Amino acid sequence: MKQRIWLFFIPLFCLVCPVRAQSVKVIKYEDLERLVRVKDDTLNVINFWATWCGPCVKELPQFEALHKTGSSKKVRVLLVSMDDVKTLDNKVKPFVKQRKLKSKVVLLNEPDLNTWVDKLVPEWSGALPMTLIVNEKSQVRKFIGKPVKEGELQSIINQL
Amino acid sequence: MKKVKTASFLALLLAFCIQSTAFKADGYKVGDEVQDFSLKGIDGKMVSLGGQKDVKGYIIAFTCNTCPVARAYEERIIALNEKYAAKGYPVIAIQPNDVNASPGDSFQAMQQRAKSKGYTFPYLSDETQNITKAFGATNTPHMFVVRKDGEKFKVAYIGAIDNNQGDPQAASQKYVENAVNELLAGKAAVTTPSARAVGCGIKWKNA
Repeated sequence: MKQRIWLFFIPLFCLVCPVRAQSVKVIKYEDLERLVRVKDDTLNVINFWATWCGPCVKELPQFEALHKTGSSKKVRVLLVSMDDVKTLDNKVKPFVKQRKLKSKVVLLNEPDLNTWVDKLVPEWSGALPMTLIVNEKSQVRKFIGKPVKEGELQSIINQL
Repeated sequence: MKKVKTASFLALLLAFCIQSTAFKADGYKVGDEVQDFSLKGIDGKMVSLGGQKDVKGYIIAFTCNTCPVARAYEERIIALNEKYAAKGYPVIAIQPNDVNASPGDSFQAMQQRAKSKGYTFPYLSDETQNITKAFGATNTPHMFVVRKDGEKFKVAYIGAIDNNQGDPQAASQKYVENAVNELLAGKAAVTTPSARAVGCGIKWKNA
């Protein structure tokens, strides 16, 4: 009986989901590193983007699609906005809401790349978009320094 | 079966190594000699590094009309030319994007932009993207300070203009200015030879 009561809450929860707009947390490098270095069995797909970056916006649906079933691997998508923190409320949050982004979105408030990029992605010049696929436990690391073409992201992940 | 697996793994590993060395070989590094080029400017004239005899070097800016970061830095690029052209380090701007992927960077659009913003330096189009690849530029704006050494030009600095895109006054590091100042003071190598900043990835032609 107890279990049945629990079932009763599922439709309620689903009713709430689409209404709840995700909040975009402002993070620092240490927070990002913590998110990247989680040692579990899930593949971290970290996409660096910005609302002002056309090619970034264009490839976002590919990252969103990773949430849908059919993916052979467990993935965790993190969309790291490199937008200016001053534009959080008038650009980033409205964008996330309007696009109904399901992936976790954070704004990395570390505009001086020289203080942290070498520690995480020395290959990166700073060009957006950039994607890093990592799993520390299984020592997977893939750097993608340009936009992914249609279907490319899923096939890269399948090959890892 | 196991052997096949090991062999294919080794082949993959080898392929990976070749690829990563190829990646590293992409573009100039600090200290490298720059091959001179000849690119068409918005006035229709061809521009090359060897074209100006009395320079000490150049501030080469891979930049464009459309990238918001490039736009944010546009005034600073104009200011660099105003400050350093007379001292022997003029600016040369190169538009690297594929105009099919980025119509706002067409030759005509470049002409309009330069006119409306009053560019005082050449604004060149790298139609084939070969020069952009030779330099290893990846984003806009992407700066290369080159120093004249005899008849050659050598890379002294690669990267960002400064460390504050939003507010030039608040930048604590003016990388390009510092590099040029050091070169003008007679140093052969600069203190900070490279620095990164967020920029727009260059829009490449479809391979």
